[in-house]
Amino acid sequence: MSARRRLRVPLALALVVAGLVVVRVLVGTPMVYADLAVRAVLGEQIPGVSFIVMDDRLPAAVVGVLGGAALGLSGTVFQTMLRNPLASPDVIGVTLGSSAAAVAGMALVDAQGLALFWWTLLGGLLTALLVLWIAQAHRRGGHGAGGAGVVDDRFVLVGIGVAAALLALVQYLLSRMETKKAGDTMHWLVGSLSGATWPRVAVLAGALVVLVPVLAALVGRLRILQLGDDTAASLGLPVPATRIALVLVGVLLSSFTVAVAGPLAFVAFLAGPIARLLAGRPSFVLAALLGAVLVLAADVAGQNLFGRVEMPAGVITGALGAPFLLWMLMRSSTTGRGR
Amino acid sequence: MPSRTTVLVIAGSVLALAIACALSLMVGARTVPPGTAWQALVAYDPTLADHAVVHSRLQRTLAGLAVGIALALAGAGLQGMTRNPLADPGILGLNSGAAAAVALGVYLLGLGSVTQFMVAGFLGAAVAAVIVYAIASASRSGATPVTLAIAGAAVTAGLGSVVNGLVILDQGALDRMRAWQVGTLGARDLGDLARVAPFLVAGVLVVLGSARALNALALGDDAATGLGVHVGRVRTVLGIGIVLLVGSAVSLAGPVGFLGLVVPHAVRLLAGSDHRRLLPISLIVGPAVLLLADVAGRVVAPPAEVQVGVMTALLGVPVFLVLLRTRKRVAL
Repeated sequence: MSARRRLRVPLALALVVAGLVVVRVLVGTPMVYADLAVRAVLGEQIPGVSFIVMDDRLPAAVVGVLGGAALGLSGTVFQTMLRNPLASPDVIGVTLGSSAAAVAGMALVDAQGLALFWWTLLGGLLTALLVLWIAQAHRRGGHGAGGAGVVDDRFVLVGIGVAAALLALVQYLLSRMETKKAGDTMHWLVGSLSGATWPRVAVLAGALVVLVPVLAALVGRLRILQLGDDTAASLGLPVPATRIALVLVGVLLSSFTVAVAGPLAFVAFLAGPIARLLAGRPSFVLAALLGAVLVLAADVAGQNLFGRVEMPAGVITGALGAPFLLWMLMRSSTTGRGR
Repeated sequence: MPSRTTVLVIAGSVLALAIACALSLMVGARTVPPGTAWQALVAYDPTLADHAVVHSRLQRTLAGLAVGIALALAGAGLQGMTRNPLADPGILGLNSGAAAAVALGVYLLGLGSVTQFMVAGFLGAAVAAVIVYAIASASRSGATPVTLAIAGAAVTAGLGSVVNGLVILDQGALDRMRAWQVGTLGARDLGDLARVAPFLVAGVLVVLGSARALNALALGDDAATGLGVHVGRVRTVLGIGIVLLVGSAVSLAGPVGFLGLVVPHAVRLLAGSDHRRLLPISLIVGPAVLLLADVAGRVVAPPAEVQVGVMTALLGVPVFLVLLRTRKRVAL
């Protein structure tokens, strides 16, 4: 690929993100004129406009950009590390672990707002470790040889099983809640941008400011890890420590997003493979941009296509992500070895 | 010729089923002593509170029997038909297909009665089964346990989003299908059971009658053809029987996962994999396990009840994980 195209794709995607932010702020009920929106953003108090722009739509759009980018990065970390395009945190149960823990927090101690982050982090980490541990134990059990370039599906299958148990847990917790709270929790479980506030934006932005440089520092090692555990070890890479660091970064990225916007189904799964389709190789930059595009586009569609009802972004990403997963399944030679 | 082990296993399962039924009648928020429970059955007196409790639990127990039979047989049939040890109506997406079809029916057509739910459930389960099987077959490695499980999970996740969207569009629809969200046995009465019964019985007969064909299929399609089995016809008939069973179970209890996975494997361990024994014994063990799970759900976190669908998932997931470990040996 030429250097020009290498630059052109991310630039085009960045423009799409910016365009979607503008659309998200201006379009809806009521419509906002662009000049009024600009004045509101610059700090002028305009009755009927300032609140809509500054306290409702702009924070939602920013959470969409940051959260989508975080999910795209998190998905690509897992997919690259586990050498399986299906092994994103939302397919192998990590995201569901985060949301199950958050629901537990809501049910047990009435956790809400940013306090949910501790629950999503704990749930996501425990689930990731559980899935990786069971899948590794399976490998030691004598199936699916490791080694260079060889991938298999055990993470995905183990994740499907663990996710089913977590879903049962969520359903149980929901059934113990009173109706109103259960309804709110179910709404949260879908994932949407409508609860976005500036403090949440600040937390998410702070997390990305710390985590993105850490991830950038780890990308080189991740590329070595892709050569296979044995090769990586012989090149002097501390394989288990690298893996743990990557899992930590991936889980932190998705947990912060789940705490702020709920589990936006399949965004983490979709961003990586689409980025690879566009660039011909895995690309973290493109995956982050695509995550933002997916979340914002789903949110704009949900806000405007369903009449008076605001359809949460998570419903749309979930309904569109599943066919894409099935399509990936069809075109891959085996589930794991797909290119 | 039934061996001694088989006789013992059958006797043990019948005993377990009897105990499960008795516990299901007696245990709960208000525990009824055995003598009173028996009295309530043979000399029902509606003025006695204990008798009324037993009467309501009788409906629940009968629903449990029906659902347990349906799901265990459907699981055994699916596993045999697809030669897939991980097959289960929940894992392969049939449950979610049925639930999504009911949600769509409620939202678009305003369905309300159990019969309408049931028809929608049959259609949804059938459509989901066809989609999952077609997509897994279209993948380059074919319909393996792995591709089927992943396709089933994807269909389940996507349909879950669709159901969420419908519920958000129409809160009233949520109220009408709330009983459908989680698998539970307490929501149906004898009239509902009677309406489902013909479909259930038809499904049971179809699957039980396919035991020999399933044994032949276990040898592979070519060998089965060589033995004079019409593979395509058997798969179609079995598929219809399984959809009848799953649709009946879902319309009675909502989506109950993992029972169809666990029971046939447990029976295979005890009585071997000959479908002429596997299917009838699964038919006894299935309701026993489901009723015991239901009873456990009533006492595990008083005063609330844990729905039976939650209990079977908690029971089934460890089994699923163990099966993953051994699937190279189990897979045919």
